[in-house]
Amino acid sequence: MEHIRTPKVENVHLIDRASGQRKASIGTLYLSSTHTIFVENNPETRKETWVLHSMVSSVERLPTTPAGSQLILHCKDFRVFQILIPQERDGLDVHASLVRFSRPEKYNELYCLSFNPNLNKEEREESWTFVDLVVDYKRMGVPNNLWVTTAANSEYRVCDTYPSELFVPKSATPAIIVGSSRFRSRGRFPSLSYFHQDTLAAVCRCSQPLSGFSGRCQEDEMMLQAVMKSNPGSDYIYVVDTRPKLNAMANRAAGKGYENEDHYTNIKLQFVGIENIHVMRSSQQKIIDVGEMRFPSMTDFLWGLENSGWLKHIKAILDAGVFIARAVADEGVSVLVHCSDGWDRTAQACSVASILLDPYYRTIKGLMVLIERDWVSFGHKFSHRYTHLDGDPKEASPVIDQFLECVWQLSEQFPCAFEFNEHFLISIHSNVYSCQYGTFLGNCQRERRDMRLRERSHSLWPQMWKDRGEYTNPLYKAELSQGQVVLRPNTAPYCFKMWKGLYNYMEKSMPPRQSPADFLSAMREDSQQLEEELTYHQEVPPEEDSSPERETNHVGED
Amino acid sequence: MEFSEHIKTANVEDVVLRQPLHPSSRGTLCITGHHLLFSVREEEGGSSRQVLLLLRNIDATEKRIAGSSGTITIKCKDVQVLQLDIPGMEQCLNIARSIETLSGLDCVSDMYPFFYRPPDLSLQDQWGLSSPERHYSQMKELHDRWRLSTVNRGYSVCPTYPPAVIVPKEITDDMLLKVAKFRQGGRFPVLCYYHRKNGMVIMRSSQPLTGANRKRCREDELLLQVVIDDSDKGYIIDTRSRQQAQQARMMGGGFESKSCYSGWKRLHKQMERGKALQESLIKLVEACGDGSHNMDRWLSKLENSKWLSHVQTALSTAGLLAECVERDGHSVLVHGSEGTDSTLLISTLAQLIMDPSCRTLEGFLTLLEREWVQAGHPFQQRCAHSAFSHARLQQESPLFLLLLDSVWQLWHQFPLALGFSEALLLRLATEAYASDYGTFLCNSDQERCSLEVKEKTHCLFQALLRPKEREPYSNPLYEHTELAIWPSVHPQSLQLWRGFFLRWTLQTRHLEEAQEEIRNMVNEWGKLVLT
Repeated sequence: MEHIRTPKVENVHLIDRASGQRKASIGTLYLSSTHTIFVENNPETRKETWVLHSMVSSVERLPTTPAGSQLILHCKDFRVFQILIPQERDGLDVHASLVRFSRPEKYNELYCLSFNPNLNKEEREESWTFVDLVVDYKRMGVPNNLWVTTAANSEYRVCDTYPSELFVPKSATPAIIVGSSRFRSRGRFPSLSYFHQDTLAAVCRCSQPLSGFSGRCQEDEMMLQAVMKSNPGSDYIYVVDTRPKLNAMANRAAGKGYENEDHYTNIKLQFVGIENIHVMRSSQQKIIDVGEMRFPSMTDFLWGLENSGWLKHIKAILDAGVFIARAVADEGVSVLVHCSDGWDRTAQACSVASILLDPYYRTIKGLMVLIERDWVSFGHKFSHRYTHLDGDPKEASPVIDQFLECVWQLSEQFPCAFEFNEHFLISIHSNVYSCQYGTFLGNCQRERRDMRLRERSHSLWPQMWKDRGEYTNPLYKAELSQGQVVLRPNTAPYCFKMWKGLYNYMEKSMPPRQSPADFLSAMREDSQQLEEELTYHQEVPPEEDSSPERETNHVGED
Repeated sequence: MEFSEHIKTANVEDVVLRQPLHPSSRGTLCITGHHLLFSVREEEGGSSRQVLLLLRNIDATEKRIAGSSGTITIKCKDVQVLQLDIPGMEQCLNIARSIETLSGLDCVSDMYPFFYRPPDLSLQDQWGLSSPERHYSQMKELHDRWRLSTVNRGYSVCPTYPPAVIVPKEITDDMLLKVAKFRQGGRFPVLCYYHRKNGMVIMRSSQPLTGANRKRCREDELLLQVVIDDSDKGYIIDTRSRQQAQQARMMGGGFESKSCYSGWKRLHKQMERGKALQESLIKLVEACGDGSHNMDRWLSKLENSKWLSHVQTALSTAGLLAECVERDGHSVLVHGSEGTDSTLLISTLAQLIMDPSCRTLEGFLTLLEREWVQAGHPFQQRCAHSAFSHARLQQESPLFLLLLDSVWQLWHQFPLALGFSEALLLRLATEAYASDYGTFLCNSDQERCSLEVKEKTHCLFQALLRPKEREPYSNPLYEHTELAIWPSVHPQSLQLWRGFFLRWTLQTRHLEEAQEEIRNMVNEWGKLVLT
């Protein structure tokens, strides 16, 4: 409580800009150690607005006017609150507190570590086993006679940002792994992301080679050879460098770069041109501005959209995923994906490819598993990218936002192929930023272990699973999955839209909007009830073989 | 006339047809007076496919001769693009010439609706869904202040109006004759909508012919005066900008000045029409066909076409009109210059926004019949060509398509409030340009009457409402609501109508599947409830 000088202010005016609200509501503002809470005076509604401190991205204080002192709260989920506090002194106090709260300095200040609900130990421990990557690797068929686990990285000895358990080609000896890791940026050597059972081709990931203009490394060359050999169906692999070629070339001057095709036999190098985190950061700011425009003309809007470049970047990421998925599913060729450090664009490209290749990742549980694998376990720097702590603003970038948006764009194109709805994606998005759960804390597995997160916080996924009712897409067809196992999206520019649900709360919450999904979900509930009643009525005379049917009905209901 | 004189080669074997969403196929091409018929050569499975294309649907053709064979690219008015590879240079040229000539014939009585005789329809069936008489008799509430006038029987007063129209009771037919002379094309103010909740009305007309010397017409002023009854005020929504309306005076047109029409307040909302709108459509369709995969280019072409801006203006002007009537409780007169284009667009959309009875399948078709067909939208001129034609633009303008797009936006924003489906809007978009039915022939009731369209062709609206036809055109999610459906006109809420402009791409196919799935779910549920 040390940062709270004024815990309660009365007669505060609040406008939730994102809800399209024009007239301010009047009420009382409370500051707690975790939330800013606004309670409306109106005795009929007493509406409460809760804003988690870690969701605040910036607090702006406007010059004081006779009416009082005005604060603008920008949130990481793109909500904007306008707060008018009658007394200037209160305003200064609240501002100071919020500024401090929105920039926590230590992990311990974050909600998931500072706030301890009274839940028992078993429940907490169990929450962390809900998503089990070993099970997922088994599901895709590894280990097998092509891909094996390696102990090389136990205790994070070889690469401190990788998980301790990894899959590598069977022919990759520890010496090859260690040698290759020395030749890769941050030691991130090639390892398995996804194994495609139908074609035996694999998606692998790593960071850029430290090749400079002429450097080479025998072990690294053997490593790529091993990746190729682990796919009996093909005599070459693709190396997908997700950066624009110019950027990759520039990296050579710094002793990094990309694979020289003269040194590596049997590789085909492909650049896909996803821009770096700095370009993406400023692009997102521009699209947020587009979303916040009050009454833009169609021309302003479309210019803003074009000028932000955002959809162009989303398309580039989706195109990268499409390239990888095609190589694996259609050509049966394995792909090694990297960017610079292999934790941003690589994570995007690999996870989009998995979504396209495997219907499992289009389910609620599957998307959790995928994020846990390609993002959390492979050391995507969540705490840096999403500024969990006060730090270098140049490290921040909406990398996972873009992945979630790619999934959303796909779900718009294939409305029956995804088990989850838009709400699920938006909810993941806000949890990535909010730190209410320990799942996304830290920057790699090792850091999380050192923090003893599993003992001190809860995992997000079981909670979302519990709420899956509200995240379910009623149009989902599990059997058909839009008629195809592998999704083949059209990535022509006209297939992309601005993600209104994420960037424009204003439009989303404008009543009364009708949603076919809500209608269908309600209908489905009704029909389940009806079916139940029917079974109940038909229960006489009870026959042996009718009981299992009732059993399944019962299961389907919860 | 003899179509055969335009057909030098009627049949060609071994033609390859390339069509979106289908594998290319080989077969026989046959050309008749009204159709291209392509029969796919029987495949292994024994299934034979036929593709029948109305020549009237063809907007432009391009031919390319290479060696002894040629390729004809056919661009249709429903934005489909087909390609025919024809062996034999001469045959190819013959076919191309026939297509060009026959698709361009514009003698109405030679058109296909006069020859279309499906076995399950009879020419004795009722033509049309309603009539001004019926419309009037259904609205008892307005009988004490409004009457049905037959001053226009024989189309002697206004050639583009139906024979009967609804006008204020106090205004006699003699007075109407004078008002008609004061309005362009004789389109004097008539009632098109009565708002039951508050008794306010929407009227439409053409511009008053005040001219440069500010001519007046007592009867015209009186007509508007009696509508608002002294005490009240009314709004005139002029679909031109203030400046355009001023300029119109130089050409003999004009607007209702404040001094002469004291109870009426004029609101100007500039709407695009005519050539500019046609060019907008051409640009948009061109942008949709751009294969460059460049996002910046796409967004800038989309913006540059201005089509979505026109949709936005249409919906916001209609919203304004509905607000005047429903929220402010005032009667409104709508007009632009001729009163046959944007005027109808606005009055139709406003009725959909306010009136639940227009939102059912029948209600919507009846609305279109009344506000577009009977009200004299010149379909034949406006829909002579679509987005591909190289012909010099004359009277073409996609007002009706803009209406359908705007209705689709409503449908998209209120998926439960409209009783019809996207498939209906798509079907109408196709039929307006090329049809087996007579509904969209001619430019006015008078023309249809003199060509005996109602006696010699079948009615599209009747056909769509037949029990076996209507299922795909109804919305399975429809739930009646009495509330007005206020569209959001924020640019983010308006979207490209993919179903139409990208209808021949695979992407649209997936969306159709989703619609199909919704239909199945609702049907399953319905069965369950019945048991």
